[in-house]
Amino acid sequence: MSTAKYTLPEKPSNLKTWLSVLLFIVIIFASGVFTKFSLTEVVKNMKNGNEILVQMFWPPNWKYLSRVFQPMLETIQMSFVGSIFGSFLAVPVAILASRNIVKNIAVGGSVRFILGLFRTIPALVFAAILVSVFGFGTFGGMISLVLFTFGLVAKLLFEAIEGIDEGPVEALQSSGASMLSILRYAVLPQVLPQFFSYLLYSFEINIRSAAILGFVGAGGIGDYIDRNLAFFRYANVGTIVLLTFVVVFIIDMISTKMREHLV
Amino acid sequence: MNRSFEIPKNPHKPYKNIFILVVFLAMFIWSLTGISYNGTLETAGRTMKNILGAFLKPDLAYAQNLTIDGLGYAILETLAIAISGTFISALLSLPFALLASQNLVGKKLGRLGKLIITIIRVFPELILAIIFVKVVGPGAMAGVLALGVHSIGMIGKLFYEGMEAMDMGPAEALDASGAKPSQKLFHAILPTVMTEMMSYTLYRFEINTRAASTLGVVGAGGIGTPLIFAISSRDWNRVSAIVLALIVMVVIVDYISGSIRKRLQ
Repeated sequence: MSTAKYTLPEKPSNLKTWLSVLLFIVIIFASGVFTKFSLTEVVKNMKNGNEILVQMFWPPNWKYLSRVFQPMLETIQMSFVGSIFGSFLAVPVAILASRNIVKNIAVGGSVRFILGLFRTIPALVFAAILVSVFGFGTFGGMISLVLFTFGLVAKLLFEAIEGIDEGPVEALQSSGASMLSILRYAVLPQVLPQFFSYLLYSFEINIRSAAILGFVGAGGIGDYIDRNLAFFRYANVGTIVLLTFVVVFIIDMISTKMREHLV
Repeated sequence: MNRSFEIPKNPHKPYKNIFILVVFLAMFIWSLTGISYNGTLETAGRTMKNILGAFLKPDLAYAQNLTIDGLGYAILETLAIAISGTFISALLSLPFALLASQNLVGKKLGRLGKLIITIIRVFPELILAIIFVKVVGPGAMAGVLALGVHSIGMIGKLFYEGMEAMDMGPAEALDASGAKPSQKLFHAILPTVMTEMMSYTLYRFEINTRAASTLGVVGAGGIGTPLIFAISSRDWNRVSAIVLALIVMVVIVDYISGSIRKRLQ
């Protein structure tokens, strides 16, 4: 009887995985050292932090609520207008960036590159620069949100356009339809729900960044946070934080519900 | 025989869409009233020219400054904040996500867990940063804590969605052989969702890199602090150097993180 020797297939080398894990650990550890992160420091400061939290929220200054209501509305208005203008501006550019619509790679590539720039620069930086052009107030803040939304929605939208079912497009092409009709009857109906969903999504993001734009003088509630912090009026800050929380929570809820219905 | 054919009703409710559109338009018009346009400043033309000119001449002395006051340090600090914040958040997200997964802890507890994660997500990170600056003092650590806590809201959500959609086979197999909950966690649940979770964490890291660059405005460390100083002192050459560095940083981070995510799949 011959003794057949069975050997298991060799295990794939784990060296690469372990090296990557090691590299990750080193990077994370180095980051912790760099930021001087220490748990003991956090715990030590907890007492101090507790005091401030008590001053902020226990209780917040409810009387202040009526004072900050108007700037809060301003913040909502700013982000809503910014989201709408930014999203609609994004439509033609998204079409230009879609590889299945515009076949020219140079055009698509350069448009994508510029969109990347718009998404990289934070709205706060746009706002700070625009305030020195338009002066203090909501207008500069609104424009900065338009620019950020434009970059974001255009990217999401061209990805959606590239993912459409090509069938209707080809059907229209073979019947000799013009580019405009193809966009109107084959592309638009397929991406319209997504477009509105992205618009709402950008509104959710914008309301969060708009809350802080006042720090650089671009209107809204941020200005009030800044001033109260400067004068150590923590109870007022607590009121604003709670109001912001409620507003963002409600907007998130409505927007999420609407987005679920759309897609 | 006289049969009448009926056209099936349009399943879309046109009134509903019209109603939403009207609400939308009304809100838009109301919002427009809140935007105060006061024209441009007298100095606007000159400022614009200065800004555009400065972007062709970034502050090279600042970019080459390798000390703690230089551009390189601020960029590295920003990256370090994003990495530490994301890491802490991923660790903290795990228990929250487990608590929120209805297939693991039941319906009631799962709802509670989801509510907690939603509440965390609502707080804008800059508001959290303001609070943490007051708690632990200004500096990078406040930024790390702000990102660490805020990101639980999104990482936690992606984690529990991943867990709820996971293949329950391995977990049930361990259940059937009488494994302890901790064994189930480490030998069935985590291995099943690990790759997906790492991918989500990397994605969040990309977002956090951008977020970390503005934390400095409220004193929470990173490039935001020199940036806001440069803007308020109208030092556009320095602003240009910082913004260009920021763009390069984000592009590199996106590229590396994106290619790792592709490999994970």
